[in-house]
Amino acid sequence: MAAFDFRPGALSAAELSAAVTAREISAREVALSALAAIEATDPALHAFNEVTPELALAAADALDARLAAGTTTATAPPGPLTGVPVAFKDNMNLIGTHTTCSSRMLQSYQSTYDCTAVRRLLDAGTIPLGKLNMDEFAFGSSTESSAFGPTHNPWDTDRVPGGSSGGSAAAVAAGMATITLGSDTGGSIRQPGSFTGTVALKPTYGRVSRYGCVAFASSLDQIGPFAHTVRDAALALAAICGQDPMDATSVSRPETETQAFLAATDPAARDLDDVTGLRVAIATDLLESDGLDPRIRADVLAQAETLADRGADLIEVTLPSTEYGLSAYYIVGPAEASSNLARFDGIRYGLRVSDPEPTDVMDLYLRSRAAGFGAESIRRIMIGTYALSAGYYDAYYGQAQKARTVIKQDFARVFAQADVLLTPTSPTTAFRLGEKASDPLAMYLSDIYTIPVNLVGTAGLSLPTGLIDGLPTSVQLISDYFNEAAIFRAATTLERAVQFPRNDVPCGV
Amino acid sequence: MAKELTDVLRDWEAVIGLEIHTEITAARTKMFCGCAVAFGGEPNTRVCPVCLGMPGALPVPNEAAVQWTVLAGLATGCAIAPWSQFHRKNYFYPDMPKDYQISQYDKPFCESGSVLIEVDEDGVAERVDRAQPDVADAGLQLAADGKTYATTIGITRIHLEEDTGKMVHLGGSEGRIAGAVNSLVDFNRAGTPLMELVSEPDLRTPEEARRFVQKLRLIWQAIGISDGNMEEGSMRVDANVSVRRRGEVEFGTKAELKNMNSFKALHDGLVYEIVRQAALLESGGRVVQETRHWDATKKVTSALRSKEEAHDYRYFPEPDMVPFEFSSEYVQRIRERLPELPDARRARYVRDWGLPTFDAAVLTADLELAAYFEEALELAGSRASELAAEVAKLLVNDLRAYLNAAGVGPVDSVVRPAGVVELVALVDGGTISGKQAKEVFAAMCGEAGASPAEIVEKRGMRQLSDTSQLATVIDGIVAAHPDKVEAYRGGKAGLIGFFVGQVMRETGGQANPQVVNELLQERLTP
Repeated sequence: MAAFDFRPGALSAAELSAAVTAREISAREVALSALAAIEATDPALHAFNEVTPELALAAADALDARLAAGTTTATAPPGPLTGVPVAFKDNMNLIGTHTTCSSRMLQSYQSTYDCTAVRRLLDAGTIPLGKLNMDEFAFGSSTESSAFGPTHNPWDTDRVPGGSSGGSAAAVAAGMATITLGSDTGGSIRQPGSFTGTVALKPTYGRVSRYGCVAFASSLDQIGPFAHTVRDAALALAAICGQDPMDATSVSRPETETQAFLAATDPAARDLDDVTGLRVAIATDLLESDGLDPRIRADVLAQAETLADRGADLIEVTLPSTEYGLSAYYIVGPAEASSNLARFDGIRYGLRVSDPEPTDVMDLYLRSRAAGFGAESIRRIMIGTYALSAGYYDAYYGQAQKARTVIKQDFARVFAQADVLLTPTSPTTAFRLGEKASDPLAMYLSDIYTIPVNLVGTAGLSLPTGLIDGLPTSVQLISDYFNEAAIFRAATTLERAVQFPRNDVPCGV
Repeated sequence: MAKELTDVLRDWEAVIGLEIHTEITAARTKMFCGCAVAFGGEPNTRVCPVCLGMPGALPVPNEAAVQWTVLAGLATGCAIAPWSQFHRKNYFYPDMPKDYQISQYDKPFCESGSVLIEVDEDGVAERVDRAQPDVADAGLQLAADGKTYATTIGITRIHLEEDTGKMVHLGGSEGRIAGAVNSLVDFNRAGTPLMELVSEPDLRTPEEARRFVQKLRLIWQAIGISDGNMEEGSMRVDANVSVRRRGEVEFGTKAELKNMNSFKALHDGLVYEIVRQAALLESGGRVVQETRHWDATKKVTSALRSKEEAHDYRYFPEPDMVPFEFSSEYVQRIRERLPELPDARRARYVRDWGLPTFDAAVLTADLELAAYFEEALELAGSRASELAAEVAKLLVNDLRAYLNAAGVGPVDSVVRPAGVVELVALVDGGTISGKQAKEVFAAMCGEAGASPAEIVEKRGMRQLSDTSQLATVIDGIVAAHPDKVEAYRGGKAGLIGFFVGQVMRETGGQANPQVVNELLQERLTP
């Protein structure tokens, strides 16, 4: 039995770090407890691709030694994440781990350097538990395309946890880690957040460095946290955000923005139940789409009313161009992916099929890639290659970029009059394993509410609001560029109103 | 080869455009990471996750390389794009870590420039249409003596990209990947900033192509962007070449020529290809659009397998970087870094120092030689103006001959600028004759740090200009040859040479000829 109570939600990151910093418990105890939780729970879930007890204990012991010596500086912990157990989607590099992207292609690949966001989270005094399962190269919305088998949803192990960051979502929901990092290209953080009842944030494009996160679609990818609470998500974002000289698309932002989104979740800084003056937009046309579960629609409207009760001004808007979002996404995403995944060629690292001897270099490429990539990866590479080919570029990629511009204009119109946009995160709750695995189009539709946010590049957070037939449902809060503070303000207030029953998760520690 | 180039060019006109890749060695670090840029080294030692294309690594553009490219554009009269971006050029090859090259496509940094080239000696003969009026109309300026001409070559664009790694193929033939048993790849070069200049198809002869590349190399050296070493590959030239019958307007089908690793190879490869294409067309064949490889040993071009070049590069804007916006202030700041360019320097030498055009051209065609010249003038101080032309003449003739023979550059010359100035001053002051100066110079070449004055002293070469001393000698000669004196006075003016010769013999060749002449005239006049 673990040395201390580490059930999901028993302690938030904020509470846990306070206990470790005060030396009520040691970081080693936290690490051992988390590792025990993984050992007990993960066989039923398969959230982890790799567990790293040595890294975890080494980090914990170093932290305990520092706390014992009382060597605290401005840059070294203790801070608000001291001693918090964390884990990373398996597309983020960390020396001492494999980074497989849940693909046969990289099954034996060992990281040669650290992902910036991972490094920053660890430098905040957290404890690394391991690497988390995902859809292969993040292509999917269910984690079923992992070459190493699917992850199961802790709320119902017959169901998917969503994807592509399904392992990151399940690990937090089941209480195996307090904070995890995922990556979101079209909803890959928010949709699994919704399916597993976790707080899941995709920051503004450029807020968090992408360096070290294996690229899917460079213009859409963004790293973000999963957490039990909105406050924890804000603390994690504060730890990982900021310009990185290794990522030319990361952006330097004023420190006041970090202070603002932390303050939005801090009871000492404001009345957390008051959102007076917050302008909340409801997109009426988005709530009329065919595939939307009417109970989720009703929940979104109910949450809008809750915010109105707490002082928010509700504004009805329309986003007519978002109907092009899915089509544009399935051009831009695969196009960039086809190029980003070219490097997996069997030459320098990764799977090389060379038995029998290849006849020439083309033969080596073809056999290594055919054996290394799963069906969904191959589908996206082919779509993307086609879309960029001579004679098709203008009709596909060029047109998709135009659609992207129009959707941006739609969003700009909304954020000229509103602080946050409230939508469903996903049109349904978690579906069954295998239910959509053979129907790519049905799978793609589960991201219709999240994809436009990536195309535009703004921020979106999925907040669990309740259970439908025993499965979590969520709302999505979207802000303008670099205005995560508005999201955190609304989310904190809603979180307190809904009191999501995260400890009721059946498959957890 | 059946026909000589100049024969072929009587009926056919060659149309040549060049693509010139220059490694920006001045940038010191690679294009998208912090690895050092250098030639050679143990394989795969100057690499990092970024230039190895490791999963998750991202490119960050080298600002210095961007500035160097803008500077190169300004030095060649290009317009700098107010808005520009990188594209990905997608193709699989083992020397490309990411299997795409970050390059530029429809938005290069620099566009629409030009440089002036001058052709002399054998190159003039290649331009068989040089004297025709329509060629003059098209901008070809033929010198009045017909021995040189100048023409302006357009530059389509200059863009920036990353270099590939280097491969070594073992087994198989001709060092190509096809048929190789093993292939090795070294990524030290991968990611080196590579500037690609594309010329307009304005070149008409192999010599013009060579002069164009030489001129660009000189400009690159002048601005300090690269050493322009073709043998080490820091400057690499591909040529698109086609031929058409004289008078035709339409371009012929072109071939792309690669692997010309020296100025000579560039010239020879183009000669071969032009003659080959013309012969092919004359015999009723047709030119195939293909890439051809120049073999400098066999002196032929041959086609690469078409499979190796069939690419759809699927260009699209590089999403890992934000576009570049060059404000006029930014461009102005870079423009201020432009040094004096070779053309301007040459004009200044003619204007300010009164050098003959030829001497000025020779001096400014070599940066080290020009620096040598300017150092000499600096040392000459207040006498710079009067000595400049003679210093230039000595550098162009004697010093260059010595450097060529010794196989060293001006920087490594045993004869230093101070010695040259001293030597020229000795001649100018009448201490030694021009003929003696040659001997002194030869002595200077044989001994580092030798002072011309000391050599003159040591060898007793001091020229005899003392009139009283010379008058005594002349008196003796006049007394010894009364018949000759009589004959001279009788009108045989040519006999003056005899008397000069006698004086020279008496003085061991040290008499100042000018003074001797004057004294003799005086003495022999009745």
